[in-house]
Amino acid sequence: MQIAHDILLRSYRSMRTIRDFEERLHVEFATGEIPGFVHLYCGEEASAVGVCAHLSDTDTIASTHRGHGHCIAKGVGVEGMMAEIYGRKTGVCHGKGGSMHIADLSLGMLGANGIVGGGPPLICGAALSHKVLKDGGVAVAFYGDGASNEGTTLESLNLAMVWQLPAVFVCEDNGYGEATGASYACAGTQKARAAGFGMPYFDCDGTDFFAVHEAAGQAIAHARAGHGPVMLHVHLARWYGHFEGDAMTYRANGEVARERAERDCLQKFRTHVTETSLLDLSALDDIDTSVKDEIEAAVKAAKNAPLPEPADLQADVYVSY
Amino acid sequence: MSKKSFRQAINEALRQEMQRDPRVILMGEDIAGGQGGSAGVVDAWGGVLGVTKGLYTEFGAERVFDTPISEASYIGAAVGAAATGLRPVAELMFVDFVGCCLDQIMNQAAKFRYMFGGKARTPLVIRAMYGAGFNAAAQHSQALYPLFTHIPGLKVVVPSSPYEAKGLLIEAIRDDDPVIFLENKVMYDDEEEVPDEPYSIPFGEANLTREGDDVTIVAFGRMVNFANEAADRLEKDGISCTVIDPRTTSPLDSATILECVEDTGRLVIVDESSPRCNMATDVAALVAEQAFDALKAPIRQVVPPHTPVPFATVLEKLYLPDAARIESAVRSVMAYKKAKQDA
Repeated sequence: MQIAHDILLRSYRSMRTIRDFEERLHVEFATGEIPGFVHLYCGEEASAVGVCAHLSDTDTIASTHRGHGHCIAKGVGVEGMMAEIYGRKTGVCHGKGGSMHIADLSLGMLGANGIVGGGPPLICGAALSHKVLKDGGVAVAFYGDGASNEGTTLESLNLAMVWQLPAVFVCEDNGYGEATGASYACAGTQKARAAGFGMPYFDCDGTDFFAVHEAAGQAIAHARAGHGPVMLHVHLARWYGHFEGDAMTYRANGEVARERAERDCLQKFRTHVTETSLLDLSALDDIDTSVKDEIEAAVKAAKNAPLPEPADLQADVYVSY
Repeated sequence: MSKKSFRQAINEALRQEMQRDPRVILMGEDIAGGQGGSAGVVDAWGGVLGVTKGLYTEFGAERVFDTPISEASYIGAAVGAAATGLRPVAELMFVDFVGCCLDQIMNQAAKFRYMFGGKARTPLVIRAMYGAGFNAAAQHSQALYPLFTHIPGLKVVVPSSPYEAKGLLIEAIRDDDPVIFLENKVMYDDEEEVPDEPYSIPFGEANLTREGDDVTIVAFGRMVNFANEAADRLEKDGISCTVIDPRTTSPLDSATILECVEDTGRLVIVDESSPRCNMATDVAALVAEQAFDALKAPIRQVVPPHTPVPFATVLEKLYLPDAARIESAVRSVMAYKKAKQDA
């Protein structure tokens, strides 16, 4: 599939933004200034961006506890996200959600989610809205190999087929549910699970933007055309622990280093576009510089932003009460 | 205006709201029924007790969705649909089944608005049957409204009659927050005059079904009927009672409860939910804290024992509060004398 020049540039920028956002969080979290839990998406950038390249604001996604990448790929601004993670009033959720609950429904971002397997049922509902309201939208659930074992996920695969929903189930398989390997925790295969529900299945190398873009394009087109839900199985790796502070004592020495050296989606993107003369490296270098500045500004703004006020404690529990 | 059953009142509220607003959709297990059956009949059931009968036939497959027996997926789907532009009314059949989908209600629907900084609206209604008295035993008889009341972000409605059910359900569908609407399964055939036209009853405004000077009785859902029965009997003996139907447990009309207790000085609370951390304890705490000086006698709670709901009729009758027990509680607070009065 030929990808337009502007989409390539935008996608690279989005992946670089996610990478720098997460690497910076890794550093800042270690200082103790960031409250709560943070789960980093480093290494998985091509998945969120390759999928969201096919979506617009009228399409819906639901994310996971590891949600920063999906938020950025769907267009949520890094300044508001960073402020949210720092628990500031200027955060995208006014400091009341934090890392695991970043959402912006106006962009079709139905939220990161602190509950493993929380997203797939919600996405059945969003897909139902698209179908009933006939707005041409599709709904995409990102979930991990860990969430693939939740009953909510398996029930959602069934419901989406029964109702023939315009839903896409993107299983981001990084090989670990927290500290337990998928080889231990997942019986059978994702492919066979899709087949068990009669659902079309696509898979791809999640560290290759072009592979994700191609497979996601087919999967999303299928759902958007009204042919029912699909599963997209993305094979990738996470570069950090389940959460920040996780020493990853369950991973063999050298596993992450090898992933970083051999399966870095940004490096692979740069190599591919150079070899195929799709883009100038200088254009990508310019993006790198610009993103670096943007993240720096976001961190600085977040650290200087006002904290929530006492009155915020009881605001926005209900629309009216 | 004509006599309608509790079942008809709910069906009419759903139908009128679906006619008014195309974004109102229904989903649930067998709410039409018959899809995929060998008879080829859809709308075969209209819900397990016939409450949604005819709505599939009137509104079709684009508005009325039968679901697999898969509560986690379809209650979650109702939440997701509500957050993205529809106004779903999902039927959970028996409220006891919330064990299969509590995450979708407690961690998703209830939390969206707050977690997302006020930017989400989740206009969702979950209808479910509750209550003992049907020999439905421990997994189909619970009165779980305190469980939902405990969760910030949810509104909880416990209607006490057909008239109340219609007005409160219309209000629930028009409300922009997630609402749990609980129907006592023993009341579906109860009848009273119900207006034909749509009307709504606001949440958080209690209804006084009796007004008296001696004792305030706060009762929930079906217990309002028993409280009225007890009050009418006591009236003949010169004991006059105020009966408060709070209508909603969240929001709760604390002001009306406190005002009535200030007037009568005595309080009996009737709640058919399990006795620990239920509405009776909640209202008792409210009054003990904010109307202590008005009390002429200890607060009395008429509640079931701390047991699962039993099956056998003889045990279930022992379990459930009734008019006789309410009457006896009222007589006991009337007879109470303060030991150290003005000592």
